[in-house]
Amino acid sequence: MKVKVISADHAVAYAAKLARTEVVPSFPITPQTLIVEQLAEFISDGELDADFIPAESEHSVMSIAIGASAGGVRVFTATSSQGLALMHEMLYGVPQNRLPIVMANVNRSLGAASGIWVEYNDSMAERDSGWLQMYVEDNQEALDATLMAFRIAEDRRALLPVMVCLDGFILSHTVEKVELPEQEEVDRFLPKYDPLNPLDPKEPRLINSIVPPEYAMEMRYQLDRAVEHSREVIVEVDREFEKAFGRSYGGLIDTYRMEDADYAMLTLGTATGLARRTVDKLRSQGQKAGLIKLRFMRPFPFKELCQATKGLKALGVFDRSASFNGGGPVHTEVAAALCNVPVTVTGHIAGIGGRDVTPQHMEDMYAIVEKAARGEDVRPVTWHGLRGEME
Amino acid sequence: MSEREMSTIKDMPSNDMYVSGHGACAGCGMSVAVKNIMRILGENTTVYVPASCLIVISAMYPTSNFRTPYLFTAFENTGAVITGIRAAQRRRGIDSTVVGLAGDGGTFDIGLQALSGAAERNEDVLYVCLDNEGYMNTGIQRSGATPFGAWTTTTPVGTKVEGKREFKKDLMAIVAAHDPAYAASLSIAHFNDFVKKVEKAKNKKGFRFLHVMTPCVPGWRSDPSMTIELSRLAVETGMWTLYEMEEGAARTTYRPQTMLPVTDYLKLQGRFRHMDNDDIAKLQEWLCRKWYLHYGFEAEQPVCAVFEKQKPLRPQHEEQLHFI
Repeated sequence: MKVKVISADHAVAYAAKLARTEVVPSFPITPQTLIVEQLAEFISDGELDADFIPAESEHSVMSIAIGASAGGVRVFTATSSQGLALMHEMLYGVPQNRLPIVMANVNRSLGAASGIWVEYNDSMAERDSGWLQMYVEDNQEALDATLMAFRIAEDRRALLPVMVCLDGFILSHTVEKVELPEQEEVDRFLPKYDPLNPLDPKEPRLINSIVPPEYAMEMRYQLDRAVEHSREVIVEVDREFEKAFGRSYGGLIDTYRMEDADYAMLTLGTATGLARRTVDKLRSQGQKAGLIKLRFMRPFPFKELCQATKGLKALGVFDRSASFNGGGPVHTEVAAALCNVPVTVTGHIAGIGGRDVTPQHMEDMYAIVEKAARGEDVRPVTWHGLRGEME
Repeated sequence: MSEREMSTIKDMPSNDMYVSGHGACAGCGMSVAVKNIMRILGENTTVYVPASCLIVISAMYPTSNFRTPYLFTAFENTGAVITGIRAAQRRRGIDSTVVGLAGDGGTFDIGLQALSGAAERNEDVLYVCLDNEGYMNTGIQRSGATPFGAWTTTTPVGTKVEGKREFKKDLMAIVAAHDPAYAASLSIAHFNDFVKKVEKAKNKKGFRFLHVMTPCVPGWRSDPSMTIELSRLAVETGMWTLYEMEEGAARTTYRPQTMLPVTDYLKLQGRFRHMDNDDIAKLQEWLCRKWYLHYGFEAEQPVCAVFEKQKPLRPQHEEQLHFI
């Protein structure tokens, strides 16, 4: 094991290299570019034996990824924001064709009021595509999650693409100490990819066709089941990862000081670190505050959330994107998951367009949830950190 | 790979990779082209088909009339998907001919970017454009390949505007600008030429491009029995030129004796029936310029005598780039 001080983008690139990725279609977009640059260097220096294919658009990146994955090799790519949106059309065929592509999405705001800074509206827009989606908290987790993503994706019970989402700039361009596993350790954890149905003239087969209503519905349901089966795979892979590397992240969610909590926040991405500190501060003041970290947006942790919120009076949900005038996407899904659980759920939108989520914002969120836990009326959705009179 | 190179129709293998049972219309030029391309490419071939008539007629679940591996995903990405398949197969030690069979909409228009990407990277793939001069699968809409004057559902014959006002895009000039390993235009009426070109494309390394004219009975409003005759007349009237490009040089592979008037070609197709004399003259003039550019000025064409000879057709810098 080596320790390096690297950005999360580089950590992801190291993970893709350690996973012995065979084809890397790529197209540059900030803040993802460091990943494909680093992979191009690895390949040019002979440290990674892979085909680096510089495509002419992200749409072609995902098309090449599909061709290569259907051809039977391990494929990795990375994108952000507008790039992910340009891939949108191609994303939908990947899970249905059961192609275990792994892609890092470095979260960045999408659309007008354009910016290059973190917001989750790019990946949240793809949550109904059938891709599994995980969100990471720090650079080490970016590396570990990418390694786990290959194991989860290629497991025959799942055989689904996985999107590893990491915060633009806050992680992608910020260096931290990262433990790099040895190649032999990774080889033991992640065996050579064995494709189920590769395109091969020796065994001709048709992958994807025009499917009439008589058959299409069953195929969609099979995809639904595959995502369901991925739940047990995710938990197993986390356990296997701990055995191999000594680090564990929980399954679909992780919890922090939830045992006797009255109220809690649910966060994802880098806001989780800040929420941990806030919980510690509140606990030291005698408050029974807790934290749920959402690791996977897909599959969505329905059961896990119901269990984790047992005895809880109120749960605030952090969102780094907004479904305008409809709360945030995580909020609405958590509220739906907990509709039969007697817990008040509030929405908290912050950090939009890359704005810093400050300790004060997080304390404000907890303060609102604490009020809700005491039965006071609070706003269902609050935007934190707005400047000026906005109403 | 075959023992010796195929050069005439007699050398064609009879082992079909594209067999009966597909759903193409009677007289479909595309089906004739694909059947014979697949015969020549043989069983060691991997096929990608984007959204097109071909996918609908050949891959309606749970059947397919292709006997080779076959993938479909979307409309605009043929150049990209075949890139990925080739990379994967090369890594897995499989040396098959990876071929993309795309329509003109999927090549001239929505797929142009992915085509350019693959050609520029000189991917070791074969790209075939099956050109029926419109979006026929969606019900006959105009594409960049639709000829001047033609009726389509999006270039209707109205009281103010009649048919398409723009001339056919010169796709091969765009392909030529990428300096491909091999590029050729094919006609299903000139069969020995067809066989030679597919065989050449099969055996070369790097990016290869074949452009086949494929008459479309419902889209062209033509008689199913006239598909091959239309392909022949297209060449004789200059609506289609047979040529190939290798190693930066281009040459015509068939030279008609005398240019036939374009009306010989137009009158067999309902899509041109509304054309007035002015529009026909405009099209004829455009064809004459193209003819002299392709075949040279040596043999004067009586059909073109009424038009002023204009040279060059293109700006100088483009002339220097390539032949067409």
